[in-house]
Amino acid sequence: MRDLGGGKTMARYLLLRLADAVPTILLVLTLVFIAMRILPGDPAIAALGDMATPEQLELFREKMGLNAPLWLQYINFVWGMLTLDFGRSLMNNQSVLALIAYNLPYTIELTIVAMILGVGFGIPLGVLAATHRNKAADNAVRGFSLLGYAVPDFYLGALLLITFSLNLGWFPINGGGEGFFDRMHHVFLPAVTLALVKAAFIGRLTRTSLLEVFGKDYIRTARAKGAREPRVIYRHGLRNALLPLTTGIGLSTLATLSGSVAIELVFNRPGIGKLLISAISERDYAVIQGGVVIFSLFVVLINLLMDLVYIVVDPRIRVQ
Amino acid sequence: MTVPLLKVDNLAVEFGPKANPIRVVDGVSFEIPPAGAVGIVGESGSGKSITSLSILRLISEPPGRIVQGRIEFNGVNLLDLPRSEMPDIRGRDIAMIFQEPMSSLNPVMTIGDQIGEAIKLHEDMPGEKRRERVIEMLRLVGIPDPAGRLDSYPHQFSGGMRQRVMIAMALVCNPKLLIADEPTTALDVTIQAQVLDLMHKLRRTLNTAVLLISHDLGVIADVCERVVVMYAGRVVEEADIRSIFRNPQHPYTRGLLQSIPKLDDDRDRLYQIPGSVPLAGSVKKGCPFYQRCSLRIDKCAQEMPPMFSFGPDQRAACWVTAGQADAKAKEVAL
Ligand SMILES: Nc1ncnc2c1ncn2[C@@H]1O[C@H](COP(=O)(O)OP(=O)(O)OP(=O)(O)O)[C@@H](O)[C@H]1O
Ligand code: SF4
Ligand SMILES: [Mg+2]
Repeated sequence: MRDLGGGKTMARYLLLRLADAVPTILLVLTLVFIAMRILPGDPAIAALGDMATPEQLELFREKMGLNAPLWLQYINFVWGMLTLDFGRSLMNNQSVLALIAYNLPYTIELTIVAMILGVGFGIPLGVLAATHRNKAADNAVRGFSLLGYAVPDFYLGALLLITFSLNLGWFPINGGGEGFFDRMHHVFLPAVTLALVKAAFIGRLTRTSLLEVFGKDYIRTARAKGAREPRVIYRHGLRNALLPLTTGIGLSTLATLSGSVAIELVFNRPGIGKLLISAISERDYAVIQGGVVIFSLFVVLINLLMDLVYIVVDPRIRVQ
Repeated sequence: MTVPLLKVDNLAVEFGPKANPIRVVDGVSFEIPPAGAVGIVGESGSGKSITSLSILRLISEPPGRIVQGRIEFNGVNLLDLPRSEMPDIRGRDIAMIFQEPMSSLNPVMTIGDQIGEAIKLHEDMPGEKRRERVIEMLRLVGIPDPAGRLDSYPHQFSGGMRQRVMIAMALVCNPKLLIADEPTTALDVTIQAQVLDLMHKLRRTLNTAVLLISHDLGVIADVCERVVVMYAGRVVEEADIRSIFRNPQHPYTRGLLQSIPKLDDDRDRLYQIPGSVPLAGSVKKGCPFYQRCSLRIDKCAQEMPPMFSFGPDQRAACWVTAGQADAKAKEVAL
């Protein structure tokens, strides 16, 4: 009976969360900086090749700021990253930012479609399992989950690619596509691949959370006032199970992001994962650096988004 | 005698595997007249909650099941109705509130929505009118500034206020019977008195019959006219409040009365019935109270005492007191 949870407290909560993200981002940047310095291989040699003369190497180091004292390098690095100045690719001299800007949408697209499929199948499966506990439907869902966990996604991806693209020709074999429908056509199989394990995970999580919620007193209250089962399950049950589910879906999104690396390779589609892999094989430090930072910012962003969703889902957070 | 609003007859509930069931409620019978108030008293585990949940068929099945008896509401045996018809009765004809006000309300729904839902489930009422009805109900149960509290969530209320909200939600469709399962047990004493007061007041204004469950005879005496005393899943005594306090006939009821704290009490510790309640379903033979009874005779260990009638308003299941009251007591056909 104190604060009724107006917009003011909510804004403050969000600001606090944002402030929380600042040290995380700095930490990430610092780790990337350190990692780039202790990575094996000389970036100058990597960029210019074994045949480069010492003078050429020296010139390159000077140009890239690799000769400056470490603390200055660090400050320059952090500043560069924060202003999205990622430099240029050592391989083809393209702006790293432009490379990321081209590839990022494909990864986001893949993640979003995979999540929609995963959540869209996982939640109903979980509801089915929870409402038919220990019956045939529950066992079937359990079997599906085990399968989802057991099959590695790159293997499943290859399987789907061979079956539906190569043999049946229903889906394109590689690339990202142009225009909305073509892109959706391209993203479908990779997204299904990632979605399987997601649906398995979210299905299990939904089942567990729902069963826990079904034991709560307010579910009994809902029945006692005359609510029928569908209303009890969805309005009262699932609505409360969303709290633990939000965390799970957030974590699952992060997992998709890293899972997309392998999937982008298998399906040979553009994306941050693929960009990173080729940059690593070519020791393109500038691109690796930019890619890792963007990846990490993504993680921070998803965490922030999760906090936002919590606010929507749990009224108790709004007032604290 | 008037036609009862609710008549529970020879109810039995079992838990566990069918092959080896545990009978936690056995042969329970009692009646509630229209607008009457009946209490069920008994120690923890005596089957009060299971009995009351059975009336609305809210026992979760599995693991529990009603295996025998009738539950007649307005002459209709609820146990004969198809399961799909129960939601129409719940909340509209018979409403129920529970012991734990902290957890009995949905934490992610506003108070207004939760009470409004109870109306929506049973009545065709336009949104604006529904809102007014909710406000009126909240005012009736003594929530200050009811219009301003519609959009509040349960966690923004204290325990006592939440129980008031529960009562408002239960009574919003004008049920003919309100089942209250230990509605005040989780509250501290002053709040407890306020909530009981409220129930008392509402009973008179709304003419709702009440089944009040408590392990505290004092609480029941405050609200009810009749009491059902339960022990180990059975009714051991049933009488009007006056007879229970003046002339209890079952040794267990006498023990319960001795353990009620009194204002002029100068004893350091309250009387407690020695021993503990037998595990549900563990008594297979003889009187369930045998282990703890100071009046017991050999017969008690062998034969389960039936209900004896002690005058028009009192029945109790005890061989010894029935024998003492001799002429008056006669076996009631079960
Ligand atoms: N789900 C269940 N499975 C097995 N036994 C149960 C279950 N629920 C209740 N029981 C048993 O039924 C008996 C009666 O329980 P009930 O909840 O009706 O007691 P009560 O009189 O309401 O007690 P309290 O005062 O503690 O609320 C108890 O012995 C309990 O162990
Ligand atoms: S029947 Fe016997 S054991 Fe049971 S309450 Fe009466 S005297 Fe006690
Ligand atoms: Mg109980």
